[in-house]
Amino acid sequence: MSLWIWLLGALAAIAALAWIGLWAARRLSGNAPRYRDMSYGVAFGYALALAAVAAGVWLWMKPGAVYFRWAVMGFAVCAVAAFLFRLAGRHLGPERLKRQFRKMPLTAAFGILVILIYAFVAIFAAWIAPHGQEAVLGAANVVPGGDPAMGGDPAFPLGTDRIGRDILSRLIYGAQNTVGLAFATTLLAFFLGGSLGLLAAVVGGWLDQVLSRGVDVLMAIPSLIFALLLLTIASVWADGARGLLTFYMVLIIAVIDSTRVFRLARSVGIGIVVMDYVEAAKLRGEGMGHLVFREILPNAMAPLLAEFGLRFCFVFLTIASLSFLGVGIQPPLADWGTMVRDLAQFINFAAFAPMVALAPLLPALAIAILTVGVNFVVDWMLHRASGLKS
Amino acid sequence: MRNRTAATRIPGHRGEHGNLGSVIRIVLQRLALGLVTLLIVSAVIFGAVNLLPGDFAQAVLGQSATPEAVAAIRTQLGLDQPLPVRYAQWLWDAARGDLGVSFAQANFASFTGRVDPSATVLAQIGPRFANTMFLAGVTAAIAVPLAVGLGILAALWRDTAFDKGANIATLSSISSPEFFVAYILILLFAVVNPVLPSLSNIFPGMSFGERLEKTLLPALTLTLVVTAHMMRMTRAAILNLMAQPYIEMARLKGMRPLRVIWRHALPNALAPIVNVVALNLAYLVTGVVVVEVVFVYPGIGQLFVDSVKLRDIPVVQACCLIFAAAYILLNLTADILSIISNPRLRHPK
Amino acid sequence: MTPLLEIRDLRIEGRSDEEWHPIINGVDLTLGRGEVLGLIGESGAGKSTLGLAAMGYVRDGVRISGGSVMFDGIDLMNASTEEKRSLLGRRIAYVAQSAAASFNPAHKLIDQHVEAPVRHGVQDRGESIEDAIELYRKLRLPNPEEIGFRYPHQVSGGQLQRAMTAMAMSCRPDLIIFDEPTTALDVTTQIEVLAAIRDIVDQFGTSAIYITHDLAVVAQMADRIKVLLRGDEVETAPTREMLDHPREDYTKSLWAVRGYHRPEKPKPGPESVPILAVEGVTAAYGEQVVLNEVSFDIHPGRTVAVVGESGSGKSTTARVITGLLPPRGGVVRFEGEALPPSYRQRSKDQLRQIQMIYQMADTALNPRQTIAQIVGRPVRFYSGLKGRKLAARVDELLDQIEMDPAIYRDRLPGELSGGQKQRVGIARALAAEPRLIICDEVTSALDQLVAEGILKLLARLQDELGLSYMFITHDLATVKAIADEVVVMKEGRVIEQGPKTEMFTPPHHPYTDLLLSSVPEMDPDWLDRLLAERGVEALGEAATDKM
Repeated sequence: MSLWIWLLGALAAIAALAWIGLWAARRLSGNAPRYRDMSYGVAFGYALALAAVAAGVWLWMKPGAVYFRWAVMGFAVCAVAAFLFRLAGRHLGPERLKRQFRKMPLTAAFGILVILIYAFVAIFAAWIAPHGQEAVLGAANVVPGGDPAMGGDPAFPLGTDRIGRDILSRLIYGAQNTVGLAFATTLLAFFLGGSLGLLAAVVGGWLDQVLSRGVDVLMAIPSLIFALLLLTIASVWADGARGLLTFYMVLIIAVIDSTRVFRLARSVGIGIVVMDYVEAAKLRGEGMGHLVFREILPNAMAPLLAEFGLRFCFVFLTIASLSFLGVGIQPPLADWGTMVRDLAQFINFAAFAPMVALAPLLPALAIAILTVGVNFVVDWMLHRASGLKS
Repeated sequence: MRNRTAATRIPGHRGEHGNLGSVIRIVLQRLALGLVTLLIVSAVIFGAVNLLPGDFAQAVLGQSATPEAVAAIRTQLGLDQPLPVRYAQWLWDAARGDLGVSFAQANFASFTGRVDPSATVLAQIGPRFANTMFLAGVTAAIAVPLAVGLGILAALWRDTAFDKGANIATLSSISSPEFFVAYILILLFAVVNPVLPSLSNIFPGMSFGERLEKTLLPALTLTLVVTAHMMRMTRAAILNLMAQPYIEMARLKGMRPLRVIWRHALPNALAPIVNVVALNLAYLVTGVVVVEVVFVYPGIGQLFVDSVKLRDIPVVQACCLIFAAAYILLNLTADILSIISNPRLRHPK
Repeated sequence: MTPLLEIRDLRIEGRSDEEWHPIINGVDLTLGRGEVLGLIGESGAGKSTLGLAAMGYVRDGVRISGGSVMFDGIDLMNASTEEKRSLLGRRIAYVAQSAAASFNPAHKLIDQHVEAPVRHGVQDRGESIEDAIELYRKLRLPNPEEIGFRYPHQVSGGQLQRAMTAMAMSCRPDLIIFDEPTTALDVTTQIEVLAAIRDIVDQFGTSAIYITHDLAVVAQMADRIKVLLRGDEVETAPTREMLDHPREDYTKSLWAVRGYHRPEKPKPGPESVPILAVEGVTAAYGEQVVLNEVSFDIHPGRTVAVVGESGSGKSTTARVITGLLPPRGGVVRFEGEALPPSYRQRSKDQLRQIQMIYQMADTALNPRQTIAQIVGRPVRFYSGLKGRKLAARVDELLDQIEMDPAIYRDRLPGELSGGQKQRVGIARALAAEPRLIICDEVTSALDQLVAEGILKLLARLQDELGLSYMFITHDLATVKAIADEVVVMKEGRVIEQGPKTEMFTPPHHPYTDLLLSSVPEMDPDWLDRLLAERGVEALGEAATDKM
């Protein structure tokens, strides 16, 4: 109850601040047009922003707000890294690339940087990781931070899990496994859904109807649920064989996700098929192959590429969630979703050992950062493609 | 380029009569379509299970079962009947509330022929369904006004620092897996500042206040993700609306900004916003699963995941059906509401 | 007396891709009280932007970077937002190009009409409703008492335009900006709206700025005319003076197409086999019949213009001929032989003989192929040429369309202007070496000067290569310029057909008469004469019938 009163009081104070500020600005600037025409709503917005900044500074000063400080510092590091990366891109490399970097917003630069880093780690995991992903080395439950006083060990900067495997190495291999599997699944989904979607758009008629109705039905079941249902059955088939189960998982998610790709490919295809130049090609007597590959596909690349990014994010998150629930990628393969679940108990130590609580959060953060990065890039691609003019 | 709108000939003026009929007709069509979809989906769910190697009986009793026990179970469960008959039977039973017996709860080895009431699937699902509905309700109550409000603000203050900041925040929220958001919230509100409980063990007989307190953290987690989606879509819908020529016309008549929004934008915004809200509430159906597992909240989502691990097929089937029905229902609502709020359909030529 | 509106050295810029480009470069404009000024220019000349700036309003992404706008002594550049808002709607009003998009679909017409007078305190709601009905009556709208109580989508385009004019008049403003109000309307609908606007502006002594790209239309409405070209002022003069003695070359070029005239070819002999014969074609989309017993011939080397308003079936006929829409009845013969109804059943050679050029060059050319690829593909497809021979043929074709191959071979369509894109479309059609080319509204989206160039090119190609054309258009000026025969269509039927000179001299079918007489002429008195001929009462009735 007191919380509500406190909040309302704060809002009232900000509102008053806005009103007074606007009045003062008008008086002091001699009714300059900028303040004369400013509406109260905008002034309130500025006052709110000021209050938020003030709250942020107060929070920073609090001794116990470790995570807040880390979050702000992390955010600053990301922003600076993105800025430097974009700067480099604007001055180095071929002309075409430089032009892209010039128009790119900071968020997209961040996204591209993230994708590059993750791709590098995923491919070269075996060379980067200090130990193997399955190697059981020394003590179990070593705490992250490398501080022996807290229970850490400098040989394992991020600690070990409850079986004694090095978390840092597993984190690195997780990139290879989780990201790699997600990428492969998305490619499969894209092939399946994309080709069928374009086919439905070009051929039309009963093929289009049949495929569309089928996809509608499949999409009527939420994907996670459907995946879990099919995985239940797949687990009986696999009967304990881990590799087989992972294979089934890839197949199931690919098929389910291909429905969304189908929808998009079909709608993009239909938008292009009605263009006069496609009609001109049809009237020429061109065959299906030419129509799809030379007339339609080149014009569909932009939206399809953006969709690939979105689908990858979705598949990636689904695989991570399934692994987190225990039905996805199976141990002993290092996988970020499973790691979160395994290390979850460390959260409870957060109150007195902030570093420790990071253990489960790191793999989760790894997932989030990649998805955010890809989403930023996709956002920028869509923005560019739609030719938004201010 | 010429816009050939002028030549729409209207033979006679039918005014406003006969509008109700056509709207009702369209709504009924959609309902029928939804029902048919549900039926087909149930068939898919039922059929999927039959992809199992061997059959129910074998899967349940395991390798050590005697052939006689397996045969007995098979007859009892009606597994010797042809597929369509079993499907019809399953559907008919479900309609009457009998969703079968949970494998995990019943002890088939000492099957006496009488079903223990607490072992039925319905007994399992019933209370948990109510819990999940409660969680969804709390989430919606917070998320919808927040998202719609923020979305409208972001659209009105397009390209300002607020809009750009909101874009980054919502994109980050959408991109984070639910368990990440959940653990961060637990970290901040249950461990570092123990304001709320991290385990949401609800039981019947709790007071509303206590129940709300235990549900708040999972609800907040879901809210963060759902709000992000809803806000972005609302913003897009409003921006699309504000670009319409009739909004500019209202401004050119000297109307003040608030009046333009209130009288010209909002009446046309209702349809797209309702659509956005319903679609995103449909997303809740999947989001609920992971959140319930993290917070150990006794809802359908957790039951579903547990049953998947235990291979408790009847429960898995029933949960699937319920999730699918909720999903279809919400999408249907979005569809129908947006039809009803379209002025062209309410007052046809 | 001080002028009502005085614009001096106005500069306006627009933003695209983070950079500002000039739209208006220092234009002066003076408008007296009760005067109508016509503002003419091509699309992209900045007319709309200028019109809005006269109200002190700029759109998103546009800014005024210099100059002054004085409305009745009020400096609009330095006025406060509140001051400007009190002028909008009350003393300056705006009539947009598309009435259907400018009315809020969620509210009735009358509610939107009374909004401005009530907000500005000019009238209360009751008074305003009565006034609205009176205005509807003056503007000759059918059922003036009840039409206001309908929703915008229940009212036709021409009526909506007049309702919008009434709405602009609601506060009896001093100045109304008409932004291309009849551009989107059919020629026959346009007459009523033009007459209505002119009368009401006369009656209330309102000043007006009438923006359009059609010189003939503005000649009926304006006292003075100002010509704009790409943001610069070209010429300003009283109407008659500009029509009789235009000074600048650009002004003279504005009615180029009307000036272009190709003599009709002699009639074909009786033994001449038509290259294309459409015989009793009936076609439908599902249940709806769109063509009804359509028949006409095209003889070799001649141009047949198929003319009609939207919905007449002109383009559908082209779809039947090319085989995209198999007809329900009747047959299409090419050089005497019946063509299979669907294009899928036709041979490569049959497909080659009939080619089509489209109206919108943006959608007619694949944006991701170079010009060489676009033109080269049909050559390769039909004649199998490759490599250097293919390139040589492509160059030859580009020469024929008067575009330098060295410059344009490797360009993408996005880098070309509208006229150039249309030429490439012609080259693509020529590449197949056809006998008949169907031109579907190929000049409708182009400005006058460019359109004239295309027509001249088509005429030259016809002479050189012996091509036959089926020219679909709604613009009678084009028909007069290039046709040998004319086929008039309405609602899926052929109303009348015959050689050009016969068609343009009376007596005609009444619809042909209506169509021909509705084309505005470059004579300020044309509208008055037409109204007198038709009788104003009859005009009102005819309007209700058709709309």
